[in-house]
Amino acid sequence: MNDSGSAGGSPDQAQDYLVYLDHAATTPMLPDAIAVMTRELAQLGNPSSLHNAGRRARRVVEESRELIAECYGARPSEVIFTSGGTEADNLAVKGLYWARRDGDRRRSRVLVTAVEHHAVLDPAQWLASHEAAQVGRLPVDRTGLITPDALRAAIEAGPGPEAVALISVMWANNEVGTIQPIAGLAAVAREYQIPFHTDAVQAAGPLPVSFAAAGVDALTLSGHKIGGPVGVGALLLARGAEPVPVLHGGGQERDVRSGTLDAPAIAAFAAAAQIVVKHREEEAARLAALRDSLIQRVLAAVPDAILNGAPPGPGRLPGNAHFSFPGCEGDALLMLLDAKGIACSTGSACTAGVAQPSHVLLAMGADEGRARGSLRFSFGATSTAADVAAVAAVIGEVVDRARRAGRA
Amino acid sequence: MGVAASGWAGRARAANRLVAMARLKVLAAMSGGVDSAVAAARAVDAGHEVTGVHLALSSNPQSYRSGARGCCTLEDARDARRAADVIGIPFYVWDLAERFAADVVADFVAEYARGRTPNPCLRCNEKIKFAAVLDRAVALGFDAVCTGHHARLDAGRLRRSVDTGKDQSYVLAVLTQAQLDRALFPLGDCTKDEVRAEAARRGLAVAAKPDSHDVCFIPDGDTRGFLAARLGRSPGVIVAPDGALVGRHDGSYAFTVGQRKGLALGTPAADGRPRYVLDIQPVTGTVTVGPAEALDVRQITAERAVWTGCPPPSKPRDCLVQYRAHGEPLPAVATQDGDLLRIQLQTTARGVAPGQAAVLYDGDTVLGSATIAAAA
Repeated sequence: MNDSGSAGGSPDQAQDYLVYLDHAATTPMLPDAIAVMTRELAQLGNPSSLHNAGRRARRVVEESRELIAECYGARPSEVIFTSGGTEADNLAVKGLYWARRDGDRRRSRVLVTAVEHHAVLDPAQWLASHEAAQVGRLPVDRTGLITPDALRAAIEAGPGPEAVALISVMWANNEVGTIQPIAGLAAVAREYQIPFHTDAVQAAGPLPVSFAAAGVDALTLSGHKIGGPVGVGALLLARGAEPVPVLHGGGQERDVRSGTLDAPAIAAFAAAAQIVVKHREEEAARLAALRDSLIQRVLAAVPDAILNGAPPGPGRLPGNAHFSFPGCEGDALLMLLDAKGIACSTGSACTAGVAQPSHVLLAMGADEGRARGSLRFSFGATSTAADVAAVAAVIGEVVDRARRAGRA
Repeated sequence: MGVAASGWAGRARAANRLVAMARLKVLAAMSGGVDSAVAAARAVDAGHEVTGVHLALSSNPQSYRSGARGCCTLEDARDARRAADVIGIPFYVWDLAERFAADVVADFVAEYARGRTPNPCLRCNEKIKFAAVLDRAVALGFDAVCTGHHARLDAGRLRRSVDTGKDQSYVLAVLTQAQLDRALFPLGDCTKDEVRAEAARRGLAVAAKPDSHDVCFIPDGDTRGFLAARLGRSPGVIVAPDGALVGRHDGSYAFTVGQRKGLALGTPAADGRPRYVLDIQPVTGTVTVGPAEALDVRQITAERAVWTGCPPPSKPRDCLVQYRAHGEPLPAVATQDGDLLRIQLQTTARGVAPGQAAVLYDGDTVLGSATIAAAA
């Protein structure tokens, strides 16, 4: 009755190695970051305290702030530390909306792309439900790209530029890896003097991200996506952009973000950023080679698989490969690969762990079947050619099996 | 792909017999309750390669917030995940909400609309756990589906649990032989108290979690309100057996044959005795009520029979029949008559509701099951 013929020491069993290809979800902490954080955890002091211990902790935070600023083309005073990317996105979207609307009641439009992360989409939607915002979803093409002309058209549409409170466009898409022309988009926003926010969480590791050169008003960073710890991030915030706080309290971080500063996490975040930026070019090239090899071998094993997003090249995150496997359910693929020790992602998870069809793929014009049967492999610092080989060795049979289950 | 007929020497069956312990790839359906958690742990102990799956059956986020009364709340998903962690098995959530809505909830509503009394747990076993889930599991390379039902499988035959108070063979009897051959019920040889004690020993936090009782997709327990919201107001009359008008109602779907409470009759019975629902005519909306003894029947006609404990009987067969969940089995003679199963009871039965299952037993072994169409 066992139609797989895989009794006993079966090929379906979990292997004793782990192929981790979900670096876009989180990537291992860099050893140097762990060392910095461990050392700092043993230290005493609230960075806001005035005594010696406080001054010591404050110095750690400020040195880290300077490092982050240097890594990402900002001034130290433009770095607002947060608890992570989600908080930074919420602060940018809600805080800038409130500030802009307070300045002029007509400003109630929030323009976001349809492929944003939920940390941007959901605050925008919340503003629509509770703060009378009108959310405009900027259309993307089949690769997930928005053009400056499309942004300009959206700004001019309806009640026009005077009614736009802010624009938020992610630097690189977390699911399909498409890189947006951020500087060009920000230039359009600047013409209309509309604040422009970008979620650069995925971009900050493998891409050259410069806050100043991009000309944006707010930019989101996350620690754990670049080899730092979970629970820390930053919003780079241009002087003049004064969001209404989301968190009120002790007035830390220019009064924009209250809460005791987490010196150990901030120090480790800065250490990771420094390393990642220093090795960025050769690491990006290395990841792109792995990624291209994976794409070629997956498409060879599963000829009808579809590579979603921009073609490999300057328009795509070097560590991202995202496929649709027609006739499969993404969660079946994930489970079968997991059983073989391969960790990847269907893209977007939801309440109770129930996979929903990806809003990103749907916005790119995919039908629901293609959106449901998708899988993301994402590479990072610990990835090797052996990881690619492990996926290539099993993807054909895994897809066959998931197809049978999809028809069951 | 359907469940393949796998012959009488199925490995799942061998595992249930606790002989020739084959190592199977087992999908353990984990509701978040204590039974399915212990069942999964026992399957691991038996040497199987077990993967836990929680079935998300509700697409309505509201039900995720209404507490742990059903079997598909967010809290239950978390409890199931924690149990899988403790047992040490992989765990996933499968979204069966669409299938559940179509095959169980819509069927439930449609059956009430026809004046019948469905059993949604039975339908869920038939259409979801041992059909949609089992088919998917087999296609993905699993050999069997394991659940925490209190029932035994003995050489491919379904038997009552040793805990007769918790026995669930009634809601499993609808399964075909092919479905049973792919099923594992590790709890049938112990009582619920023993299951709870074992859960505590194993460090499973769900050891003391209350049993679920209500229909899982009606977390507030208001079946009448649930049906009214879906079927609308459909007024009709309540009459005595002689046709005399004794009351009115807003929808015949709110009634079940044998029901006494909630009739809201304005006119008392002439003899002052309690009255029960005797008959429901959904087309005219007429509900007939009358004295208890008018519910007494000796003959049940049922349809869509499934036989797993014996071949379809070619001649009248002595058996015990149970006609509702947790009901007493009554001695009867069953005769297959074309597509119909005619069951002659040896004593009178009361409150036999069309739509419920008539499950036939030989002692504690299930012979077969059929859906009640009529009783007289």
